[in-house]
Amino acid sequence: MKRFLGTIWAVIWKDLAAEMRSRELLSAMLVFALLVILVFNFAMELDVATRRSVTAGVLWTTFFFAGTIGLNRSMAAEKDRGCLDGLLLAPVDRAAIYFGKMFGNLLFMLLVEVLILPIYSFLYNVNLFNGGLLLVILLGSLGYAAIGTLLASMSVQARTRDLLLPILLFPVLLPVVIGAVKASNGYLSGAEMSEILPFLNLLLVYDVIFISIAYMMFDYVIEE
Amino acid sequence: MIEVQRLMKRFGPKVVLQGLDFRAQNGEFVALLGPNGAGKTTFLRILASLSRPTAGVVRVGGYRLPQEAAAVRRALGVVSHQSLLYGDLTAEENLLFYARLYGLERAGERVKEVLELVGLEKRRHDLVRTFSRGMQQRLSIGRAVLHDPQVLLFDEPYTGLDQDACAMLDQILRTVAAQGRTIVMTSHDLARAEDLATRFDVLSRGRIVASAQRETLQHSNLLAFYRQALEAA
Repeated sequence: MKRFLGTIWAVIWKDLAAEMRSRELLSAMLVFALLVILVFNFAMELDVATRRSVTAGVLWTTFFFAGTIGLNRSMAAEKDRGCLDGLLLAPVDRAAIYFGKMFGNLLFMLLVEVLILPIYSFLYNVNLFNGGLLLVILLGSLGYAAIGTLLASMSVQARTRDLLLPILLFPVLLPVVIGAVKASNGYLSGAEMSEILPFLNLLLVYDVIFISIAYMMFDYVIEE
Repeated sequence: MIEVQRLMKRFGPKVVLQGLDFRAQNGEFVALLGPNGAGKTTFLRILASLSRPTAGVVRVGGYRLPQEAAAVRRALGVVSHQSLLYGDLTAEENLLFYARLYGLERAGERVKEVLELVGLEKRRHDLVRTFSRGMQQRLSIGRAVLHDPQVLLFDEPYTGLDQDACAMLDQILRTVAAQGRTIVMTSHDLARAEDLATRFDVLSRGRIVASAQRETLQHSNLLAFYRQALEAA
């Protein structure tokens, strides 16, 4: 177990150290996310009430699209100079490599979200600092990173990986999208907990399913 | 020791390796020669547990693939024409990362030893992306020997290196070979292979078609042996 956790930490540390130097992944995700919320802001002339009603949809569209850029770049960095082979040659449980990459991707996604939330609040005049909403963002991002990391490790082998990843990812991700948007909407509109709970459960269940599938499948999808 | 019997590998309808038999004793340095597309890289990737065989028996260091892949990975180091190093990490950080993956104790000391072995101790704090191709390849050898493996696989290690870098790589290869490791190296450079290896196997169309020990070849005769082997195949 100690070795398993040590491997996960080694992979996260490596991704963080490399990103601290290059800042390629975070800056690409952040600029893209900013552009999306700016475009939505100017494309839709909305009154205050309508802005609140579209917030959940705009936020999750922004997070998922920016996340796709992050996933692609994160795995492309492994493909560069054959580093993915270097990881696979290590005598460790490959699930630990998956979890290391997954938590790294989740961390980058959460960092971008933390930066985007206040900007969105300012532009759309909507208060997003709600404990429930932050929990939804954490659960939605976890589900996204869990299945996204698995599919990115499959698509990275293809020449058309930039196109292939969203085509594979978005249909599979639909239950998380629905759960995240509905639960976020519930918290933003002040709905009863009984209305929000089914969507929180949906998110939780899909997080568990996605992580379990990825844990079982990673060793097979990563090999030739 | 490496032992391979009736190894087959298919990619869809394409058969890349067809009934390949191969054996390398402890301490042997085998040069695997052959034209492009002969299956050399595929063979090395199977030995390295990076690709699954379609059929056949593969044992590395006494462990069977793919069933005992983790034990095989512990027993071998791989150097390919790609460095398998992260450009945005320093030389030292790259080796420390791999040392953690291999669960090495006293990782810092071992990394220092390896950096000295490959002559990069003065550049240990520099980012790998600032290194020349030759320096990256030297560090790549350092990465491969970090956990002191008994078996080393080299896939075209001289690709893209200038003469000075090739000479330095020769020296490092001699050093690691002298430590009694089993080495399998694919190369198109017959002169270098002749200089370093103790045995020469020719691979053509997915089979070993000829094999010769260094003692049985007269000086500068490897090219003739290689051509004859391919013509006969």
